[in-house]
Amino acid sequence: MTKLELQKTANEVRKSIVTAVHSAKSGHPGGSLSAADVFTYLYFEELNIDPKDPKKADRDRFVLSKGHTAPGLYAALAERGFFPKEDMTTLRHIGSHLQGHPCMQHTPGLDMSSGSLGQGISAAVGMALSAKTFGDSYRVYTLLGDGELQEGQVWEAAMFASAKKLDNLCVIVDNNNLQIDGTIEEVNSPYPIPEKFEAFGFHTISIDGHDFDQLKSAFDEAKTIKGQPVVIIMKTIKGKGVSFMENNASWHGSAPNDEQYAAAMAELEKAGEALCQK
Amino acid sequence: MSEVKKIATRESYGNALKALGEENPNVLVLDADLAGATKTGVFKKAFPERFFDCGIAECNMMSIAAGVATTGKIPFCSSFAMFAAGRAFEQVRNAVGYPHLNVKIGATHAGISVGEDGATHQCNEDIALMRTIPGMVIINPADDVEARAAVKAAAEYVGPVYLRFGRMAVPVFNDEETYKFEIGKGIVLREGKDVTIVATGLCVNSAMEAAEKLAADGISAEVINIHTIKPLDEELVLASAKKTGKVVTVEEHSVIGGLGSAVCDVLSEKHPTPVKKLGINDTYCESGPAAKLVEKYRLDGTGVYEQIKEFL
Repeated sequence: MTKLELQKTANEVRKSIVTAVHSAKSGHPGGSLSAADVFTYLYFEELNIDPKDPKKADRDRFVLSKGHTAPGLYAALAERGFFPKEDMTTLRHIGSHLQGHPCMQHTPGLDMSSGSLGQGISAAVGMALSAKTFGDSYRVYTLLGDGELQEGQVWEAAMFASAKKLDNLCVIVDNNNLQIDGTIEEVNSPYPIPEKFEAFGFHTISIDGHDFDQLKSAFDEAKTIKGQPVVIIMKTIKGKGVSFMENNASWHGSAPNDEQYAAAMAELEKAGEALCQK
Repeated sequence: MSEVKKIATRESYGNALKALGEENPNVLVLDADLAGATKTGVFKKAFPERFFDCGIAECNMMSIAAGVATTGKIPFCSSFAMFAAGRAFEQVRNAVGYPHLNVKIGATHAGISVGEDGATHQCNEDIALMRTIPGMVIINPADDVEARAAVKAAAEYVGPVYLRFGRMAVPVFNDEETYKFEIGKGIVLREGKDVTIVATGLCVNSAMEAAEKLAADGISAEVINIHTIKPLDEELVLASAKKTGKVVTVEEHSVIGGLGSAVCDVLSEKHPTPVKKLGINDTYCESGPAAKLVEKYRLDGTGVYEQIKEFL
């Protein structure tokens, strides 16, 4: 995909996120929108996957460690054709395959159930360990929130990944700087993030998580690193794309009402039209 | 009479893992710095390329095992019961149980027979914790023969299994030649008509000793070995309760939430029967030689016999 096509696709993913969370009357739009670009890049450019064969053995794996941003992942999966886009309005409804947090048994394309913070990275490490042990060539990706770095298990997993030289593991941190109770510094600062991962034996790459050129060069670089795991730390804007949600912690876990939904969709439509005129 | 052979079920676990490693190239073992104690070290020695020490980080180990299982391999992960079921409970619940992944948890040093290490390491709560997880199979073998058979069966079964092993050497009473293990099937070791003794783990042997003593008093006790606490062999428990009218449960575990509770859950709904639950009575225990502790907390043959007499 060209950069423009990726931008258009990411805009569709954002519309789908806002629509799903509005329909559910709950959910986590802020962190879904901050990661919309990386979800798009992963599912349309980076991952070796096949929507027609979601469980193919040699597929790359993705674990959403920050599981509460499931709407973002679901939107990318639907956009990529793993299931109908119409399903997005069933998010969090009784009987829907789209659970509040990812459930691998229900949703096509999910490699792991997640949602309890700190655990997804360990599961991804397990997948990478299995690939190394049994000589499989697939790569494993996992997306963490910056607040999630406060979970001790993240560092248990990081220590192990580096000790076992899991260079088939790519950890991504969505550094939108906000968590439920406020900024991550106010709550319990995990900064400096690159230095911490470096000390744990990771190759670190810092980028703007909304720039597709930087996303491409980061993921390309990650694949060249041998003998150690890689972390891509993305500076992002929580709520990116919907101006009244941007950089506002109160949109971490609340849904737009009808009026706010209309305003958000109008803004995203307009952004989409602007991209079409490029 | 020759001396009865005694083997700790953790030893059986290590040996069974090694045998499994030879048979099945997809088995991988994880431990958390206790390979010497849990006996996964036996597997490590034979298959170092399929053994991974996670260090002292049980929660990470449990979620790693879940990740390994998603790739179609069979991870066995081990620590002491206190840490496997206790510390890592939420990881077992959310990363292993919820997606129903094919992870085998080999938890050793369960119960008071840990001995001298004392209360911090004596897990009397693991069965209760694991029972609350939907789809979790819980197996607490009674001797070496049963423990090795249980490990093999757990590997063949697809889904999460919690295997509970002990530190203390216990008598080997099952016959290797004739013994058959089936997940979820209890075993009647002795038929009787006055009282049913339902036991698990090292308490099965105590129950058999107690039944002998009861027989000398003219009391006919039926002894059932429940190696699989979940799913419980409800039919067998119900049939015996209907026959004897009185049930005693015996376990090296808290009387809250363990085998006794599982038996009461079935009986209260389907055939209300007087039940006496023998086990650890809502207390932390203490340091001491394992066998002495089992005696002090009245879970040896004499203790079980006396408590049944008090009940009848």
